[in-house]
Amino acid sequence: MKSKIRPYLMIAPAMIILGVFVIYPIIYMNYLSFFSWNMMGSMKFVGFDNFKTLISNKDFHQVLGNTFKFVFWTVGLSVILGLCAALYLKANTKINAFLQGAIFVPHIVSLVSISFIWMWLMDSQYGLLNYWLGLIGIDPIRWLEDPNVAMTSIIIISVWKSIGYNTLILVAAMQGVPEYLYQAASLDKSPKVTTFFKITLPMISPSLFFLVLMNLIAAFKIFEPVYIITNGGPLNSTNTLVNMIYEEGFVFYKIGYASSIGVVLMLILSVCTVLYFHMLSRRVHYR
Amino acid sequence: MNILKKICKTIVNILLVLIFVTPFYWMFLTAFKTISQTIQMPPLFYVLDPQWSNFSQVFEKIPLLHMFKNSVLISAGILLCQAITVIPAAYAFARYKFAGSKVLFGLTLITMMIPSQLIFLPVYLLLSKLGLINTYASMILPSACSAFAIFMLRQTFMQIPEELVEAARLDKASELKIMLKIMLPIARPTVTTLALLTFISSWNDYFWPLVLTTNDTVRTLPLGISMLKAVDGAVMPYHIIMAGNVLLVIPIIIAFICAQKQIIQAFTYVGEK
Repeated sequence: MKSKIRPYLMIAPAMIILGVFVIYPIIYMNYLSFFSWNMMGSMKFVGFDNFKTLISNKDFHQVLGNTFKFVFWTVGLSVILGLCAALYLKANTKINAFLQGAIFVPHIVSLVSISFIWMWLMDSQYGLLNYWLGLIGIDPIRWLEDPNVAMTSIIIISVWKSIGYNTLILVAAMQGVPEYLYQAASLDKSPKVTTFFKITLPMISPSLFFLVLMNLIAAFKIFEPVYIITNGGPLNSTNTLVNMIYEEGFVFYKIGYASSIGVVLMLILSVCTVLYFHMLSRRVHYR
Repeated sequence: MNILKKICKTIVNILLVLIFVTPFYWMFLTAFKTISQTIQMPPLFYVLDPQWSNFSQVFEKIPLLHMFKNSVLISAGILLCQAITVIPAAYAFARYKFAGSKVLFGLTLITMMIPSQLIFLPVYLLLSKLGLINTYASMILPSACSAFAIFMLRQTFMQIPEELVEAARLDKASELKIMLKIMLPIARPTVTTLALLTFISSWNDYFWPLVLTTNDTVRTLPLGISMLKAVDGAVMPYHIIMAGNVLLVIPIIIAFICAQKQIIQAFTYVGEK
């Protein structure tokens, strides 16, 4: 009898914490999205009104567009550049280890520091970037004040931060490819490009899949750089879903409305996750 | 041809260093400049009279030592709580077959895909209903368990040969003893790795302290540094912000230089599973 309840006792602390601080909040958020509430007064059931407001809100369309633009470019660039860097640095030498370390450091530094460092580098008057551009005769760019440029700047910062991690994982994956495959390829005098597409890429594709999913989830939850550097501006051009949830919830106290944006983000993340597992199972199936 | 290749490689290497190291060099340099030096054009690439007073100004503007203490206490608290919740759960999922174990483990995996940036509003409402806002408990509880760590540790426990456990059972070792004296020492590399990852992320965390605090009682270093942004005059006090930044970044960079191999291995290890 005692041994029958033992496993339940062992998982209980973990299940309680996850239940109370992850599962319950996500259910509560869905529930709240059907109410109008300002945190103080009484809650009023409004059905799908929050979602209707959301759909007709032009700012929300822009925020959704901004978020997708950010995710597409950040994930695309950081995975592709990470792949290039990994190909360049995969040989096991001292210089490569140093370079790998150098491009990895931003990944373990606080986003607060990263945000401030880049805010300073991108300062339109006194920033280092514009000074260097000036040296080669390019007019100063208003990196963070121009609504047409600001989102690109945020993307640059995020890519800079995440390349190192992607490189690290892909170098490890490439070093795990058995040497005899490459030897066979070189015996067949196969060109380097063919070797990459026929051997390296298929062999590292599980890691690549995993990386894309991790990068996707990380990109959709983008908040800190936006909140610290631009606070969504100028003209809403860098506002993203999480920043909008924060604003509606903690600045305007529209809890129900903020929750309905959360529901939208939840649905997007679910689609990503389901797609990932679907592709994973298909790969395993046909191999 | 070979020489050309070498030159190309050197240029690319230098570019990589420039792109990834210059921002940090600029941070250190600015932290030692006077305010007029920060806005000097063309910019200074060295400092002859380092302004240590920038750092004392950081201490004047925010309760730095208090926040440092909070950062240490909260990171340690999270590590301790995760040890208590994660290790037994991972062990149970790896070693016991019990009704509902698959469903519960699946549920655990699902929570891995739910970022805190999605659920912070309801978590805040919950903690404020419990009257825990501005307490250490509110900073620790939402991170007191990690589904990801359970998953990783379970994998490790499952790789340990069954015979080892059987042998111990024959010797009449209690289950607790088996877990603490046999399984855990074998799983030590995984445990250290997970602890390292948890520490780095809780030390750097800006998000939970931002949404769960309304005063300085339990605020941590990253939040404090972000408060340096408050402008007195027309110019952002970048020399002081960077001084604060240096204080925030230095522990991480020193740790990275000392334990580069372990840290890189930790992150790679996780990615390969």
